[in-house]
Amino acid sequence: MNPMQQLTELFQYGFMVRAFWAGLIVAILAPLIGSFLVVRRLSLIADTLSHVALTGVAIGLLLGINPLITTIICTVITAYIIEELRSNERISAESVLAMILPGGLAMALILISLANGFNTTLITYLFGSITAVTQQDLWIILGIGIGIVVIFILFYREFMYTSFDEESARTSGIPVKLINHIFMVLIAFTVSMAMKVVGALLIGALMVIPVISAMQIVHGFKKSILVSVLIAFISVVTGLIVSYYANLPAGATIVMTSISLFALISLLKKV
Amino acid sequence: MNTQHFPAIEIKYLSFSYGEEQILTNVNCKIDVGSYVGIVGHNGSGKSTLLKLILGILKPKKGKVYIFGEDNSLSIEWSKIGYVSQKAGISISHIPITVEEVVKMEKVSNQAIDEALTSVDMLKFKHNLLRELSGGQQQRIFIARALVKKPQLLILDEPTVGVDVKTQETFYELLSRLNTEQNITLLLVSHDLHTISHKVKTVIQLDRKTYPYNLTSCSVNHIHEPYATAH
Repeated sequence: MNPMQQLTELFQYGFMVRAFWAGLIVAILAPLIGSFLVVRRLSLIADTLSHVALTGVAIGLLLGINPLITTIICTVITAYIIEELRSNERISAESVLAMILPGGLAMALILISLANGFNTTLITYLFGSITAVTQQDLWIILGIGIGIVVIFILFYREFMYTSFDEESARTSGIPVKLINHIFMVLIAFTVSMAMKVVGALLIGALMVIPVISAMQIVHGFKKSILVSVLIAFISVVTGLIVSYYANLPAGATIVMTSISLFALISLLKKV
Repeated sequence: MNTQHFPAIEIKYLSFSYGEEQILTNVNCKIDVGSYVGIVGHNGSGKSTLLKLILGILKPKKGKVYIFGEDNSLSIEWSKIGYVSQKAGISISHIPITVEEVVKMEKVSNQAIDEALTSVDMLKFKHNLLRELSGGQQQRIFIARALVKKPQLLILDEPTVGVDVKTQETFYELLSRLNTEQNITLLLVSHDLHTISHKVKTVIQLDRKTYPYNLTSCSVNHIHEPYATAH
């Protein structure tokens, strides 16, 4: 069988087609959000919300409803709490995240323990699984993904100004608090959606690594967003193909591909 | 509302505290249109707090702030105010953002961007990355962003921190030019009384324990006046 036939064979399976579509949507959203997280120096927010997302998964499994829905509810509520605490200025952003990140994991562990089971299912959310994306998941991911991109296009200037210089943005008439809350909700949605493909523990990497790779080689912030999406695309496609043929975890393969691209770009920059 | 006859900023009996800690007590101050005023004070004297109260970022415990005659707790016409924050350049050192993108954060036309960059002599750097510029040049870009909406009042928070003395000179020349040629009211916050007192027309010194009082730019005699007026 030649390589082209092998690649065609890959798409004969419904789960692979769904994983590719979901992966490509995540590849657009993760660096889009991640670019502004890098500017705000708040990359840890993605990791924090992904740990809280595990609580959402555990609740979903406990109640017998789609964990994606309970995960979104959990992460959105937590994102709101983080932003409220962060804007308070009496507690530093790092401290807020350092408290909520283990809190999310601890709550998930308690719920798992109480339910006395579903450990195997939870592992697919921890590390991602290409076979786990259902048709219902894909529709939810597509719908929310389109919504996030539209909101980003509409509020690009507001997100940019607020991320770079919150105080000056306020004097430009931008409702900074509202914009920050909207941004936090978008992170929550993105983390929740990316979990099944990349895994809760690895989504933060896909939000940041393509962005810092792109920022090394481009001239201009908007261009860096576009190039980071391209790098995430390459990482997801390569990662999914390699994971299928080498029988490796998809999330880990995607993240390692993006790290390899970062290393390659760094090397080429030095030469 | 015709704002021609109102002061640029009027502060009446303003008090503020963080919990039990009293920061400002009964501050009264009037800054007329066309003034060039510096607010100085030691760390913790309440300079940044006063600035945040003027901009409506913090809510006073007591008292009022009026911008061009309008109560800032009800509404602020942001198009009249340009602001250069102390934190403006903090997050840019690792980001490949261009000068044009920085100024474009304000919603204005390309022509207005070129005009603003020209007014601070930085048009030739329009397509450069901000991180390629020196500290003084970066400050000029942030001023261009504040000027792009053609404000009547320009507020700058510690604008020369980390900028060398020679660059500071040209920077203050630029501010004087904006004040005299474009009649922009300037309010500058700094911890450096010595430098500021030689540059601005009026100095308001803040002390946590007392009212602010009014100094002239060449005098070191503190004149205790509960109602400091800048002309």
